[in-house]
Formats: sequence, structure tokens, C-alpha cells
Amino acid sequence: MIPELGHFALIIALCIACVQAVLPLLGAQRGDATWMALARPAAQGQLVFVAVAFTCLAWSFVSNDFSVLNVASNSNSMLPLRYRFAATWGSHEGSLLLWVLMLNLWMTAVSVFSRRLPSEMVARILSVMAMISIGFLLFLLLTSNPFERLLPPAADGRDLNPLLQDPGMVIHPPMLYMGYVGFSVAFAFAIAALIGGQLDATWARWSRPWTTMAWAFLTVGIAMGSGWAYYVLGWGGWWFWDPVENASFMPWLVGTALVHSLAVSEKRGGFKSWTVLLAIVAFSLSLLGTFLVRSGVLTSVHAFATDPRRGIFILAFLALVIGAALALFAWRAPKVGLGGAFAFVSREAALLVNNVLLVVAAAAVLLGTLYPLFLDALGLGKISVGPPYFESVFVPLMAPAVFLMAIAPLARWKQDRPLDLALRLKWAFAVAVASALLLPLTLGRWTPLLALGILLAVWVAGAGFVNLIERALQQRASARVSVGTALRRLPRGYWGMLAAHFGVAVFIVGVTLVRGYEIEKDVRMNPGDTVAAGGYQFRLDGLKQVQGPNYDATRGAISVTRNERPVAMLHPEKRIFTVQQMPMTEAAIDTGLTRDLYVSLGEPLPGGAWVVRVYYKPFVSWIWGGAFLMALGGIIAVTDRRYRLARHDARMPTSAPTTIVQAVS
Amino acid sequence: MKSLRFILPLLVFVVLLMFLWVGLSLNPREVPSPLVGKPAPAFQLARLDDPAKTLADKDLRGQVWLLNVWASWCTSCMEEHPVLVELSKQGVVPVYGLNYKDERSAAREWLARNGDPYALSMTDADGKVGIDYGVYGVPETYVIDKAGVIRFKQIGPVTPKVLSEHILPLVRRLQAS
Repeated sequence: MIPELGHFALIIALCIACVQAVLPLLGAQRGDATWMALARPAAQGQLVFVAVAFTCLAWSFVSNDFSVLNVASNSNSMLPLRYRFAATWGSHEGSLLLWVLMLNLWMTAVSVFSRRLPSEMVARILSVMAMISIGFLLFLLLTSNPFERLLPPAADGRDLNPLLQDPGMVIHPPMLYMGYVGFSVAFAFAIAALIGGQLDATWARWSRPWTTMAWAFLTVGIAMGSGWAYYVLGWGGWWFWDPVENASFMPWLVGTALVHSLAVSEKRGGFKSWTVLLAIVAFSLSLLGTFLVRSGVLTSVHAFATDPRRGIFILAFLALVIGAALALFAWRAPKVGLGGAFAFVSREAALLVNNVLLVVAAAAVLLGTLYPLFLDALGLGKISVGPPYFESVFVPLMAPAVFLMAIAPLARWKQDRPLDLALRLKWAFAVAVASALLLPLTLGRWTPLLALGILLAVWVAGAGFVNLIERALQQRASARVSVGTALRRLPRGYWGMLAAHFGVAVFIVGVTLVRGYEIEKDVRMNPGDTVAAGGYQFRLDGLKQVQGPNYDATRGAISVTRNERPVAMLHPEKRIFTVQQMPMTEAAIDTGLTRDLYVSLGEPLPGGAWVVRVYYKPFVSWIWGGAFLMALGGIIAVTDRRYRLARHDARMPTSAPTTIVQAVS
Repeated sequence: MKSLRFILPLLVFVVLLMFLWVGLSLNPREVPSPLVGKPAPAFQLARLDDPAKTLADKDLRGQVWLLNVWASWCTSCMEEHPVLVELSKQGVVPVYGLNYKDERSAAREWLARNGDPYALSMTDADGKVGIDYGVYGVPETYVIDKAGVIRFKQIGPVTPKVLSEHILPLVRRLQAS
């Protein structure tokens, strides 16, 4: 009964979405206020029914209803409750339902926090989002019904993929999808603006907080996925350039470009058609990522169930949504005026160059991800593109981007004098060069790449400090207040930018140091053996068999000491999951600010010995710390006072914005 | 003409779509077989475990053997690895590894970590032997008979199904002849 209720709720949601996609949009074209007013209640009603469907599916999982095919294939009565709940989005069908739920959450958020937007704009935005919703609801109902029954019911389920039985997996997909799907808001804003012909600074100001929020979620989602890979896969790696990882990374790169391009559109009225294109591309890449993951055109370690029918459906949907958006862009964008002119040395120029670098980086990742497919489609054979490609294109693209990133916030809009800039930044640069030359030597080994990493990190952080001090002193001088008051008066948007940029510096420190100084030892150990890594002694005290709720495990006890003093007690496990008979490595990690001690069990060897992987990973947690700092910066920026004020300004609809026609004349 | 650049994104997308469309009808693990039936190209390569020693194709004549192209950077190799380890335990047929465009230390670490199914591995650091064998990508697996003729080629990971349905029956037939 409950599954049918869920299925029915999905169908009702689809009907509401159809109404919401058509009537408000027509209303906006004809100036019919009643039709436009339908958008908000429709969006909220749709959320109610999608949420009911989601709850029904979660209930089926939690209550072990193995007469539902999806539950029988992805859960088991022995599975702990929190993973039974997380299994709701552990399957193909469930993750799509989560996708739709997230889309509806964003849609409802738009309907609530848009009181001061012109009603035509709101109507168009919600209609565009409803069209996306229709596509995904149809996809669910036609090809991937999560509520399909299994008759006769299975006695027990086939269990959730052990890789997904992890606390990180409970929260990683919702975060990632919040980001992925969040770009649909920026997309809808862009399409609505193209339709209505209002591409101006006000439009950019409205889009900004939404885009930044989605970007922050995506950042957290990717970081959590990488953290999950770090301790679940047991190889100690944190990024594998796997197609599925790339699928989330491409929208992030373009989204980063979009966040910055929107700043120019808001402050200077420039880059407008470029910003619109980025908004379209960011969401298109989110859709493309969904296609790549769900259709099985690429093989990946994240092998999900694949079905060609689903592939054709998403491809058609992709063609429709992206094709229509780009066609609209080709038709309307040429009439958008250019913003103010700017010189070669100016903040606009720096932001533009970085935008281009980010987009090229995204294109390079896209090329690497799809290259095997291109060759195959052309009949030229099959290949696998590995990390060597990605690393050799990515570092040269990102290094100049990071270098410029430090300068851009200090450069003046429109035009700046190169000499002035150089003088203002001389100390930051000197400190960066000095640390690049000396720091690796004190850490034990100097290589050009290590030096480059440290140079960039210190440079970004140093330029951030210079910027902060300048701003505070300026404020003190102009408003005649103390430095403390001056700091407090700096807008949140500015603090957010600083935090995010510091996050990049922290991230680079993590990547550089772990690359340069990690120590990996794969050793044969008998109980009682000791191995040293990074100044720590790891002693295998013993091994014992333990039983988990749905697995049997061998658990090692490894005591870590440094200079005879105990540091940590680590318990890595090798688990065999009973239903799928799949072995899993559960690494044990002692996390610290400056190093992780990472231990995992490899293979058993004859005579009671084990292959034990002992890793010393300096500063590895800075990788995720940096990512969280970036996301935090985004969230701080969203709370900026001016977005709340902006809504007041926009109360008089359509008076301020310049229309496309005016921009041409 | 100026508005042409605004159509460019759409054109790029249409080309991308066509590729995705064709891609859907392709099986990423399907097997083309250009070298099957031809003699295996000659090689003489340094051994992974001891670069001072070498191994040549002639050393392997008179037995049926598998040549598996692998690399520590290749994620699909992870996928087929347990299958090869299991095969090596059975001792039915020796597997020789061609370590393709890899770093020696990384490759050895990878084997230590994941188990070594190979009778021996050779280093093909610049991928020249790989070119002779027409390696498209990693992993690939060749079945080579007693006379040194390639009899089968698997592109992409060896799955338990491919192993039991194609490779092992073929190996048994070749060993019997």
C-alpha cells in the first residue's frame, strides 16, 4: 500500500509540474497576473507530493519491505537502520528520486525567498524549473520506477553495496545533489532573463546568492566524496580522476567561473552574455554528469546498474533542455549590450582570464572523460585515460589561475597601474618566494613542484592579508574609526571572498605536502612486528575475529608510538560482507592537524602474517579543511546585508532594469 | 557574422550529442580483434622485479600464455585484478604482465599492495612494445599459443565471464593441440 501511495504521489507531482511549466510562463508573456500567481503554490504543492513519495520509499527501506524490487536489490534485514535509510538513495532509482526532491527544495526556496522579485521573473523561473522537474519525474515513472513490486516478495534483500555502507555515504549524495541541482536555479534565472530580456545588474544580483549557495553545497559534496574515497577504498588516495568524480568536478569548475563572472555582471554590468552562457553550461554539465553516470556509456569504478533505455531517455532530455537553452542564447544574447570598457590591467581583466582558465580546465576534464567514448564512436579503438593526462593538463592551467586569483581582489575595477599593484604586493611576493625556496629544504626535500605549490599557497594567503590590511586602514581613514570597528564594518561578501581564497591556499598546502612528503609502506607483518614511518613506530599487537551486524571481520590492533610515547591505538579491519561475499577494507586513521597516520589491512599471508599498509600523510586533512573553508566563504558571502537590501530596491518591478532593446540603442 | 559566435555553443553541443548518441549503442567492453591469428610481435624487455634481467617472446615459446597489459594508474585494472589473482592461484596458464607506461616503483608498490598474479612482469616504460601489439588502452589481455601466435585479444578488464567462457576454453584447446 505504502509503495503505491508513493507511486501515486509521483504521478500527482508530475501533473502539478506540467501546470507549473506552462501556465505561469504563458501568463508572463500575456501579462496575466492570475496565471503567473499559480507558480508559487504549484511549486510548493509539487514539493509536498515529491516529499510524500520520498518518505514512502524511505519507509519501505526502513521497514524492510522486500516486496519492493528496489528494496530487495539494495537492502537487507541485517543492515543497520541508518544504512537502510541511506539505501533509499543508494540505488539508481532512489538517487534520481533524491535528485527530484532536491530540485523541489530549491524550487520552493525560490518561491519563498523571491517576494521582492518582479512577478514575471518569478513565474518564468519557476516554469523553467518545473520543465526540468517534468523531465526527471517522467524519467522516474517511465524507466526507473523506484516503487516497482517484486512478486512473490523476496525472503530477504541482496544488501546494499558494502562500499556505500559508510557514514560519509549517508550525507555525501544529498550534499552533492544540493550543489548539482542548485545550479538549476542559476540556469532558470538565466533562461528567464533571456526570455524576458532583462539581463542587467539587478538580474546578476538576484542570481548571485543562489549560485554561491549551490556552489558551496557542491564544494562540500565533492570534498565529502573525496574523503569517503580516502578512507573507504583503503588506498589512501583522495582523488582518482574517475569519470564519476569528473562529472561532479566539471560543474564545480564552471560554477566557480560563474560565481566570479556574476560579480562582474553585478558590479560593472559587464560579461553579461558570458555569464548567461556559464549559467547554462554549469547546469548542462550537471545534467551531462547525470547522463554519464546513469547511462553506462563510460565504465567507472562507481559502476551503477545501467540500462540503454535510460541512456536514450536522458540523452533526449539533455538534447531538449540544453539544445533549447543554447538556441535561446544564440537568438537573444547578441542583443545584450556590452558592459563598461576596461583596461588590460584591471580587476575585470584578471577575472576574465581566470574565467577562461577555469572553463578551459573544465573542457580539458570533459575531453579526458569523453575521449575514450569519442575514439570508440569513431571506430578508432578503446582506451582508458588515466591520471597522467589529467595531472599534466590541470596543473599548468590552474597554476596561473591561482597566481592571478591573489592579485584580482586588489586590482581596481576598470583600470589599474601595474607598477602600483606590484608595489602593494611586493611583501606578499617576497614572503612567498622565500618560503618556496626555504620551506621545502627544512622539510627535507626540494623539488620544483613542491616549491611551486608552496609559492602559490603563501602568495594567495599573503595577498589576502595585504588586501585585508589595506581595506581596514582605508576604512579607518575615511570613517575615522578604530581598526576593530573598521574590520567589523567590512561587508560579509568581502569576508566570504577572503575565507574562500584562504581555503584555496590551505587546500594547496595539503595537496602539495601530501604529494611531496607522504610515506607509504606496504609491509608483511606478523603479530609483534614493528615498522617505522615518518618518525612513528607502528606495532602490530595482534589480530582477532569480530562480528558486525552484517559482516565478519578481521580486526588488527596496531599501537603507534613516537619516541617511546604512545600516540594512538588503531584498529583497521578487513570485512567480508555476508550477503554479497564482498571484502572491504576499513582503514584506521589517526587524524591530526599536521599529519594523518593511516593503517589498513591488505591480504592475509600464509603463517598468520598480513600485508599491512602503513601510510604517513602530512597535512592531508588540509585538503578537506581547505574545501570546507571555501564552502564556508560562500555561505558567509550569501548572508551579506546587501542581498537583503537589494530586495528592497527591487520592489518597484521593471522600473530600474534596462531592457535588451535599450541596451542595443 | 558577429552573431555567429553566439551560435557556436549550440554547434559544439550538437557535435557532442552525436558522439553521445553513437556512444550509447557501443559497448565500452566490446572486443575488436585486429591482431588475432598473426604472430605475436617480438620483444625483449627488462623485468619489473629485476631490471638487470630481460625477458623475450622467444623464451615463452612452446607454452600457451597470457599477456596482460596493465599499469598502476589504471582504474579498470583494479577491476580485473582479483580475477587474474584467482586465475594465477589455479595455475592453469601463466600470465605475463606488460607494465605499460608506468613508473617502476609505483608498479611494484601496486603489485605488493594488490597481489601479484604474474609469472613475470616486464617494463614497457615508453610504450613501444605496446604500440607493436596495438594496445589501445589499459588493460588488455592476449592469449598466445605455443607457436607464438595471438589467438585472442580482450580489450578492457577480464571479467569472470570472459575468462570462463572465452579464455579458459581456448587455453585448454590450445594446450591440448
